[in-house]
Parts: sequence; structure tokens; C-alpha cells
Amino acid sequence: MEVRWALRSYRPIMAHTIRATGLRKRYGAVRAVDGVSLEAGEGEFLGVLGPNGAGKTTLLEMIEGLREPDEGEVTVLGLPVWPRNAALLPRIGVQLQATSFFERLTAREQLRTFASLYGASGARADAMLETVGLAAKADTRVEKLSGGQAQRLSIACALVHDPEVVFLDEPTAALDPQARRNLWDVLRAISTGGRTVVLTTHSMDEAETLCDRVAIMDEGRVLELGPPAALVRGLDVPARVSVPSGRLPRAEAAALPGALDAADDGVSLVVSTRDPAAVLAAMGARDALDGVQVRGATLEDVFLHRIGREYRA
Amino acid sequence: MNTGVVRSLTRALFVGFVRDRAALFYTLLFPLFFLVVFAGVFGSADSPRVEVARVAPVPLLDQALAHDPGLRDTIEVTAYRTPEAAVRAVEKGDADAFAAQDGGTLSIRYSVADRVQSGIVQSLFGGLTQAANRAATGERPAYRLEARQVEDASLSAIQFFTPGLLGWALSMAGVFGASTTLVTWRKNGLLRRLRLSPAPLRSVFAARVLVSLVTALIQLAVFLGVALLPVFGLRLTGAWWMSIPLVLAGVLAFLGIGMLVGAWARTQEAASAVTQLIVLPMAFLGGSFFPLDSAPGWMRTLSYVFPLRYLNDGMLDVMARGLGPASALPQIAALLAVAVVTSLAAARIFRWDAT
Ligand SMILES: Nc1ncnc2c1ncn2[C@@H]1O[C@H](COP(=O)(O)OP(=O)(O)OP(=O)(O)O)[C@@H](O)[C@H]1O
Ligand SMILES: [Mg+2]
Repeated sequence: MEVRWALRSYRPIMAHTIRATGLRKRYGAVRAVDGVSLEAGEGEFLGVLGPNGAGKTTLLEMIEGLREPDEGEVTVLGLPVWPRNAALLPRIGVQLQATSFFERLTAREQLRTFASLYGASGARADAMLETVGLAAKADTRVEKLSGGQAQRLSIACALVHDPEVVFLDEPTAALDPQARRNLWDVLRAISTGGRTVVLTTHSMDEAETLCDRVAIMDEGRVLELGPPAALVRGLDVPARVSVPSGRLPRAEAAALPGALDAADDGVSLVVSTRDPAAVLAAMGARDALDGVQVRGATLEDVFLHRIGREYRA
Repeated sequence: MNTGVVRSLTRALFVGFVRDRAALFYTLLFPLFFLVVFAGVFGSADSPRVEVARVAPVPLLDQALAHDPGLRDTIEVTAYRTPEAAVRAVEKGDADAFAAQDGGTLSIRYSVADRVQSGIVQSLFGGLTQAANRAATGERPAYRLEARQVEDASLSAIQFFTPGLLGWALSMAGVFGASTTLVTWRKNGLLRRLRLSPAPLRSVFAARVLVSLVTALIQLAVFLGVALLPVFGLRLTGAWWMSIPLVLAGVLAFLGIGMLVGAWARTQEAASAVTQLIVLPMAFLGGSFFPLDSAPGWMRTLSYVFPLRYLNDGMLDVMARGLGPASALPQIAALLAVAVVTSLAAARIFRWDAT
């Protein structure tokens, strides 16, 4: 991931595939999106992270051309998205946060109907059904699909016409771990094919594995924007070395070379450190390495650091 | 407009409609059920029959029946054993009159429970007596009454109810179909999703309208098929095929009303309630359930507010009254005008999403 990103970041980007400048949208007193500017290059995989109500969907829908911004402008593939631009629409694929289908059609009929709206073939629709793992459910009515299956069908509808730019609003929210990995593979394949993908997610590992860059949003603003690895490095959070409780007294652990602090909750002893190598060596010398786990800072730490830990409605 | 898109959308929507049991019931079975019941209940009321009870022979009546075979369609004579039994039959409504003749006096006893029927009984026997008097004096009548119906066939119950109930069925299907589609698609977000597809919105609407037109033709075929069965005995008159353009124009008008309701309503419940508020009064005042000829003047004037009135009139004219094809043109024009006005209004207040 990182290598790929590094290569791409040094490639001069001629024209931005997506360019959003100064976007604002308010609903009454709520500033859903409050001054966001974003760019995405050709083939880039951009993630938007943020708590519930951060404004991700509103931002995405303004970029798709589904909502009119109060302020600001968006171009996709060099074309303005608002008002509805029929020249642009065949080139973008969209999965909205709420799945919406024609009533009482089977999964196959549904996808074929969407394919026909885009002038894509029925064969392509059937292949797409296979890709999202719904071939066995082809003849099931959409009302009878499980939440995750419906979501996969909705994603298939977004990809059926092989768009150049793909927008996905929480595509993996209802998926089981296996379906999620499968979808990651699909999205990775799309992205390596030179297509630009923007997705919103609540899953940090999803953002870390898939995205070239992530934007962390809260209260309508972008707080951080950059490659996940760079964001994590920039955070400067200590690594945590943990072993099962009882291997080492807490006070002794806290005094190990390189250790900043140690905590024991009765299950695990966790030592925080900026020099995990030194801590591991010292633990090894004490023969306390059985069951050791080392965890560096993750995107989740960045997220929690920026958004705060307290729960907000 | 892209014909491929329209074709595949039409197919998808039609498949979805056919799988909707409730919609099928309300567009076909429910109105057909009314047709069967109404034709059964009012079927015998087409040519008023008079049932006459007698004990002893009534020569005057027998002569008249022998003389004028047409009367046999109107009068049915039943013999009873005793005068008491005959009177009881009249009281119970099994017979309309108890007739007896004593030399030169014809006496009848009837009940006023049914005023129409008692009037018929009086004038019928009055006429018989006068005719017999004239025949007895050998006087040539100075005036002769020649009566003929304007319709080529009598406007029996089935002749009236087939177009009327079909019109009601079409209005339900059209108004409900359009309003429900619009509200559901807005609520479940399909409208927004379709907006992001390159298919023009008018293709989507064209497909929806096509589905309704096809459905309406199926309704017409099924209604005529059932009503033409010998049990019901509908007789179609010459220009009945003009009911096809009438039905299509009618559906466009009803879809227009439905779209207006659907564009306005925020919830399915509101849409259903308003649709009911429109369709039911329209069916009554538009002349689907009873002929408006005998209705008070204000009601007849009011009835022209409803497009169903034009559809019912037009269909009755060409299907049952035997008027020529051109007679339906003003009604078709009125229906199309309603369609245009309501669709334009709907387009003005149309909203893509629920908020
Ligand atoms: N149509 C609307 N009318 C009024 N307020 C809205 C509307 N859409 C969104 N909002 C408000 O705007 C804010 C941002 O909503 P948005 O849906 O963009 O959040 P989100 O980041 O996508 O959240 P989630 O993770 O829950 O999907 C919220 O406070 C929401 O209540
Ligand atoms: Mg959202």
C-alpha cells in the first residue's frame, strides 16, 4: 500500500479527477458541511472518516451532484456536477447510504434494469452479480435479501457500467467479515485499473488497507487529510507492548529501559514506549516474552485523538 | 428519449406490478366483483315486469295478451287458489296486482309499498280498459301512440354497469398507481438514485405511463370478456372500439391526478387518504354506480368537475347507446386536457427527496 502511494504521490497530477472548493451546506442551524475543499487525482483511492453526523454523506452527495451546495463548487472529470449533468453521469458510479430498489424485482432483474439505464449489457450485469457474490441469490426478490446482500446488490448497481469514478457511502457497513474482504478485493482491483474511488467508512482498518489518503471529518470540517501512514506517524503516540498478566510485576515493567508507563488490568500488562525494541529486549532478558503483542499507533488513535473520546449524539 | 431504456424499464415495472397481489386485486378482481353483484341485483329490473295474480280467469286480460304478443314480455299471470292467497301474495310483494273480472267490471288490488310498480299497474290496467272500451264501441282511434326506445337495445343493467364500473376501476388503478409510485420512490430513495443515472427522467415516467396504459387495456379486455358472457349478456354497439382511445385518455387523466397527489403528499398514508377522497366521490358523482339522468341538477352540474364523468359518458355512448365514433371526441379532448393540466401542476411541485 505504502509503496504504491509513494509512487503515485510523486507522479505529477495533470488534472484533478475530483475538485471540490469551499463547499458549505447548512440545514437550519446545523452546518452539515462547513467549508470543505478536497481534490482527488486520477486513480486515487480517497477515504472519508468521521463520527455519525460529521457530514460525510452530505459532502459526498454534493460531490456526486445530488445536493446543491449553499456555497462552493465541484468538478468531476473536469465537468461541473451541478446542475444535473447528463454527460458526466455515465462516467460515475454511485452507491447511496440507503439502499433503494425497484419493488418486487429479483436481484438479477434489478441489476439488469440498472444496467439498461446505463446502456450496459445484461451479460455484464450477470457477471457483476457474480463479482459481489450474489449469484446464488440471483432469483431472490430484493425485499427478501438480507441487509448485507442488499448492500452488495446496491454496490453492484454502482459498478455495473464500469464507471471511471466511483462513490461509495459506507459500502461495508452491513457486511460480514468475509464479504467485506471480498469487497475490498473488488475495490482494490477497480482502483488498480486506474479508476478513482471515494468511500466513506467508520472502519479504520478499511481506511488503512484501502485508501491512498483519508480525510478525517467532524462537524462539517476536514480535520486531517493525508496518507494513513503519514497521519499515524504524525500523531506520535507511544507503541504498546502487552503480555499476559503475571509474567512481570507492574512496577518492574514500568522501570524497564525505554518504558514510559505500565498498566495491569488483571488480564494484560501493557507497557507504553517510544522504543519498543529496547522494551522487548529487556523483557526477553527476563524471559517474559511468552504471548507478547506489540501494537503501534493506528488510524483509530489518530481518529480518537482528533475527535475525542466522549460520546456525542 | 431512449427507447431501449424505456422498454427495459417498462418491463421491470410491469413485472413488479404483476407481482403485487394487492394492486392486482384492486385493479381487476374488486371491480369485477362489483360488476357481478350489480348485474345480478339490478339485472331483473331492466324491462319492468308486472306480475298479476288471479283466481278465476280474467277475460279482458286474456284477450289483450292473445292480441298483443309484446304484452307477454311485460305481464306475467299466475293463478292462485283463493282470493285470500292472491291478496297475501300482493302484500308480500310476490305479485304486483290481484286482478278479477265480474262481468263488465275489472277490479284490481295492489300495494303502494313500491310506488313505481303501483303506478305501472294502474296505468297498465287503465290502458287495457280503455282499449277494450274503444274496441266495444267500434270507434276508430283518433290518435295512435307509437313508442320506440332510442337505444337499439334496452339499456339494461349490464349495459350501464360495464362502462361505469370499468371507469371506476380505471380511476382507482390510475390515481392510486401514480400517487403510490411517486411517494414510494421518493421515500425509498429510488428517485434520487435514478437522478444519478444518465437515463432522462422522462424515460422513467414514460415507462411508468406505458405500464398503466397496458394495464388499462387489460382491464378493458377482462371487463368486456366477463360482461359479454351469456350470463351477463352485454351487447356491444357499433363504435365500441372507440372505448379504447377513451380508456387510454382516461388513464392519462387519472395518472395526472395521481402524480399531483404523489408530488404533494409526503407519506404513503397521506397519499392513500387523499386518493380515496378523490376517487370515491368521483365514482359516485361521475356516474359509475348509478345513472345521473335522474339525479338533481346541481349533482349533474357538479359531475362535470370529475374526469370520470367524461369517460363514463363517452364509453356509455359508444358501447351501449350506439352513438358513432365521433361522439367520443369531445370526451377524449376533455380527458386529455385534465391530463395536461394535472401533469403540469405535478411537475411544478415535484420534489426529488423526502426532506
Ligand atoms: N436532509 C437533511 N435535513 C436536515 N438535516 C440534515 C439533512 N441531512 C443531513 N442533515 C444533518 O446534517 C448533519 C450531517 O449529516 P450527514 O448525513 O452528512 O452525516 P454522516 O457523516 O453521513 O453521518 P453517518 O455516519 O451517520 O452516515 C447531521 O447533523 C444531520 O442531522
Ligand atoms: Mg452518512
